[in-house]
Amino acid sequence: MSATLSSVRPTSFDAAAFEQFLATRTEPAWATDLRRRAFEAYRESLVTELDPEEWKRVDIRAFRPEKFSIPAASTSTGAVETLLADRAEFAGAVSHSDGTCTRATLSDKWAQQGVLLGNLSDLIQTHGDILKPHLMTRAVKPDADRFSAWHGAFWTGGTVLYVPRNVEVNEPLYSLIGLGAEAAADFSHTLIILEEGASATLLEETSSASADATGVHVGAVELLLAPRSNLRYVQLQNWNDKVWHFAHQVGRVEADAYLQWTVGGLGARLAHIHQEVFLDGRGASAEVNGVTFATDKQLISYYTQQTHNAPNTRSDLLYKDVVRDKARCIWRGMIKVAKDAQRTDGYQRNDGLIMSDTCRVDAIPGLEIEADDVRCTHGATCGRVDEEQLFYCMCRGLTRSEAMHVIVEGFFQRVYDRIPVEIVRETLGHAVERKLGIGG
Amino acid sequence: MSSLLKITDLHVSVDDKPILKGVSLEIRQGEVHALMGPNGSGKSTLAYTLVGHPKYEITGGSIEIDGVNVNELDPCERARKGLFLAFQYPVTIPGVKVADFLRHAVTNIRTPNRKEGEGLIPMREFRKELKERMEELGMDIEFARRYLNEGFSGGEKKRMEILQLAMLQPKFAILDETDSGLDSDAVRVVSEGLRKLSGPQMGSLIITHHERLLEYNVPQFTHVILAGRIVETGDASLAHELHNHGYTAVRERHPAEAAEEEERQAKAKKAVGVGV
Repeated sequence: MSATLSSVRPTSFDAAAFEQFLATRTEPAWATDLRRRAFEAYRESLVTELDPEEWKRVDIRAFRPEKFSIPAASTSTGAVETLLADRAEFAGAVSHSDGTCTRATLSDKWAQQGVLLGNLSDLIQTHGDILKPHLMTRAVKPDADRFSAWHGAFWTGGTVLYVPRNVEVNEPLYSLIGLGAEAAADFSHTLIILEEGASATLLEETSSASADATGVHVGAVELLLAPRSNLRYVQLQNWNDKVWHFAHQVGRVEADAYLQWTVGGLGARLAHIHQEVFLDGRGASAEVNGVTFATDKQLISYYTQQTHNAPNTRSDLLYKDVVRDKARCIWRGMIKVAKDAQRTDGYQRNDGLIMSDTCRVDAIPGLEIEADDVRCTHGATCGRVDEEQLFYCMCRGLTRSEAMHVIVEGFFQRVYDRIPVEIVRETLGHAVERKLGIGG
Repeated sequence: MSSLLKITDLHVSVDDKPILKGVSLEIRQGEVHALMGPNGSGKSTLAYTLVGHPKYEITGGSIEIDGVNVNELDPCERARKGLFLAFQYPVTIPGVKVADFLRHAVTNIRTPNRKEGEGLIPMREFRKELKERMEELGMDIEFARRYLNEGFSGGEKKRMEILQLAMLQPKFAILDETDSGLDSDAVRVVSEGLRKLSGPQMGSLIITHHERLLEYNVPQFTHVILAGRIVETGDASLAHELHNHGYTAVRERHPAEAAEEEERQAKAKKAVGVGV
């Protein structure tokens, strides 16, 4: 296959920029090698097309990588507005602004038991031995696609959570990824490693300091669950509507471990999330929840895969999307069952609710099953707000708009019901209300 | 002074097909009216039109509450003026808890000028009242936490309609076959519930095929509707007669309407391709 140079997409992330960037980093050699390999993959990926199966409905022609750059240091002074930060007492918190860590705390109680919660840039120097086997080796691989490669070369930091064997962190932890500077590129990496029998809850959100600063997030999330571990991970994407959000997010779940993963998609101009869950060990189980609310001209897209590699594994995905105005939501889902993954129980479902004539939801579920003794079901529904429901509500004294809002909140309730962390339910409910234009 | 719901020469079409052809009716607060008639005569059309269903187009005549024409008001505005429909087929609102829904509804009905986002009736006060009404209707308080009509049995849905009636205390309640599709125990519960709620503050229009509801709620007026017109009005004994003898005698007394009815049915059968 021949690719002409002219088809190389323009980017300010060229070889010179990469070397310059490397010069600013203090990292072990293995990490630098990893970046170099990722950079090679990135250069190659620029001359190849993105996987049409994943990207054909997501138009990113207006995205110009050369317009964005990594801020030298955190220049933003404005505090980002958070949905979660003040809602609970967290046992630990990590905040990043424009790629720089601005805060990392963890209560002594957990630190003394060997729990690590901090910034990837620091921990790679102090705890490289712990991170090395996991960082971009098993979950998000740099050569997966253009965005994972780009991220692998240029990641700037991000939140790391490590929980040692049999330590159960029963208080929630918090992570904030903030963007402030104009035209900033954010390469935050979230890495969660749970050893055997460990458990933890991490609530993460992304947020903009200003309503109109452009930006791009090229992120990665890696969730690594050793046998019998238990993780609840939430990511609320709440950028302003000028930010491009590209994220490669992968969970690997070993035997008898349980991952509960909730994704909230509220912000961004365009968001594309590649989300994969691997059920790698017998008895592994994952529940994936998605709450998406797109308005104005937002486009929020998901490419989700539930891959069953071992017998007796379970995955259960429920996404609910509401679109309004000229917004669009795309969901392409897939359950894959390997030959040996007998007695798999796989479920995926996407429900879309359309609030206006000019918005759109595309939901395409899919199955690829090689085992012969499995139970896999999938489904997708999509519809407008039901006129008879509106009429019924109005007959009880609700205005049309109030009825619409009540119905939308009810539509999301089914997902909220699956989320055991109360503050997450509250936060999502509150965020949806705000987007609807009601409540404070 | 008691309020008056006045329907004058009401003509209503659905999809450009005339269904009601000049209905006049006056209901005062405190009165019980029964509306009876064979299937397809326009009973439910009248009910939906009164509360403002957008599919039912008023082509002539008026609906007034205390002299104010409500023809152009939407269902929410009519509800806030004191109109209530107990649905024949209550609608499920997925994910919306009964208590949350009713708290919104009660607040809006009691403060008709409320705008969305303004304060709701205090929770404690509301809960107490809801609990009392539910106990009176023999309902498990657990229902308040369930999603509105989701997974409810037929009887539970109808009871939920009566609960809403009890909470909203409308000036005029229209009950569209609230007793249909229920076993006799459920009919008794609903009938008793309605009787308890009736009083000088509520006028009701009871649409029914059965007599049980009317045994508990004896109408002062019984209206018979045939082919979109009220052809007879009597007292409770008329309801009794219709229940025992059907509509044959009514049709004989009103041959023009009976012929229209027959013609309409023949067309409807042809339209769906049903052979006879």
